[in-house]
Amino acid sequence: MRYLPHSDSDRQAMLATIGVGSIDDLFADIPSDLRVHGLDLPRAAGEISVERTLGRLSAQNVSASSVPFFVGAGAYKHHVPATVDHLIQRSEFLTSYTPYQPEITQGTLQYLFEFQTQVAHLTGMEVANASMYDGSTATVEAVLMAHRLTKRGKAVLSGGLHPHYRAVVESLSPMAGETVDALPADPGGTEDILAAIDADTSCVVVQSPSVYGHLIDLAPIAAKAHEVGALLVAVFTEAVSLGLVEPPGAQGADIVVGEGQSIGNALSFGGPYVGLFATRLKYVRQMPGRLCGETVDAEGRRGFVLTLSTREQHIRRDKATSNICTNSGLCALAFTIHMTLLGEKGLSRLARINHANAVKLAESLSALPGVSLLNDSFFNEFTIRLPGDAAEIVEKLVEKGVLAGVPVSRLEPGKPELADLLIVASTEVNTDEDRAAFVAALAEVLA
Amino acid sequence: MTVYFTKDHEWVRLEGDSALIGITDYAQSQLGDVVYVELPEVGKTFAKGDEAAVVESVKAASDVYAPVSGLVIAVNSKLPDSPSTINDAPESDGWFIRLTLTEPSELEGLLDEAAYRAFVETL
Repeated sequence: MRYLPHSDSDRQAMLATIGVGSIDDLFADIPSDLRVHGLDLPRAAGEISVERTLGRLSAQNVSASSVPFFVGAGAYKHHVPATVDHLIQRSEFLTSYTPYQPEITQGTLQYLFEFQTQVAHLTGMEVANASMYDGSTATVEAVLMAHRLTKRGKAVLSGGLHPHYRAVVESLSPMAGETVDALPADPGGTEDILAAIDADTSCVVVQSPSVYGHLIDLAPIAAKAHEVGALLVAVFTEAVSLGLVEPPGAQGADIVVGEGQSIGNALSFGGPYVGLFATRLKYVRQMPGRLCGETVDAEGRRGFVLTLSTREQHIRRDKATSNICTNSGLCALAFTIHMTLLGEKGLSRLARINHANAVKLAESLSALPGVSLLNDSFFNEFTIRLPGDAAEIVEKLVEKGVLAGVPVSRLEPGKPELADLLIVASTEVNTDEDRAAFVAALAEVLA
Repeated sequence: MTVYFTKDHEWVRLEGDSALIGITDYAQSQLGDVVYVELPEVGKTFAKGDEAAVVESVKAASDVYAPVSGLVIAVNSKLPDSPSTINDAPESDGWFIRLTLTEPSELEGLLDEAAYRAFVETL
């Protein structure tokens, strides 16, 4: 017997309250041909049969670890040590959804404190919160925070910001009265963002490395922003880059946000991921989310406590600084454990390996006839121009067993001038054989 | 100098033509360490009972209601950066806003100090 929490009369009462006649009326905006009209599934099947069928279906996927893999653009395949998975699966970590009883979850609070410390060091900022949902929501929260701090309502978004992040900012920030000035896509890394900053600007949002891989010098942008009383929000989608690149905080950023998936977390088909959020101490009281602080108990022993969290915890939605009332706790733990295993030197070494691998790949690919590299600088990801439609070429490369990267048309649809661009990422998991396979396959496809 | 109190644990201290508003020592002791204060803009007007400010501690987030109607002529600009002043000196340096009263007769409905302290004893 199925357990159905709502009776027919419950449903009728709910439909009557919102003023519709039937459940179908709720989906009236979705064209009929896009809806599922019954699934052609057997009523019942044996377990062995189900396993075989689903196994056969899943084998149709080309998984990231089964082929040479160069896909990035916001989600990166790195090696995650087995220790990380083993430790996060301890039940006291795996089952504690969020520290709602903070005093008795000292272990959770301690790792959040360490996570914050690592994020603050990594970004070159003074304080970091206990994590956000992901990089894109962290970015919109940074825009809203700048709005509160400056009392101004126009955010300038660089054309190098990941288009998905841009879409999240454009979708959410108008609800807080913020207008968005998104500059055109900047695949060449040549935009003049300084020209877009004026006295109405609340913040300038710049991603470095940009979605096209360019490393951006943030210092002059920070200077111009500060000159007019605006803030610089620095964004990154590849946390490992901070092992090699000067931290955004040292370049003058006021808020640093980004995606932490690269450290400790698998690709997982896109989530859950972990948003990182750091800022200067003077802005801490306008920071969204919550902070884990160190204190002493009544007997003077070291302890940890959540602070700046009550407006979120007590679900006062109209007063909340953000709509983030929980964090990506387990992903933050995975990040913390991996960072601890790497250490400062390990992270820097990992970053160097990534960069060296990407340089080798970029050199080999751009040596192919008709292929050109758009980047003067990059970390582990770059953009190449192909002699043809990048999406079609990527499909042909899949048939040859190589996942070559993200065609820009996937991120910026409907812009034919960008259709021949391909964003390619290379990390420590790529071997010389992987790179050789990519170059050989692309040479064949283009021949 | 006359001080009035509400059963919501706010105090009003008359100083010439204006009045300072804050929360009581009992209120701060119940909240615990105050970590955040949101104050209204100068020039805003309140009717008695309106939400005038927000105070957050490590334990709770609470609204502070205007005990009397009035126009905000000043706010304690030191509070947002040092909200712990509310714990240290709730009924003096930890004041929130200065109001010009628009309905002075509303004071008559408030408690005097002795009545408020007696009320707290019953809680």
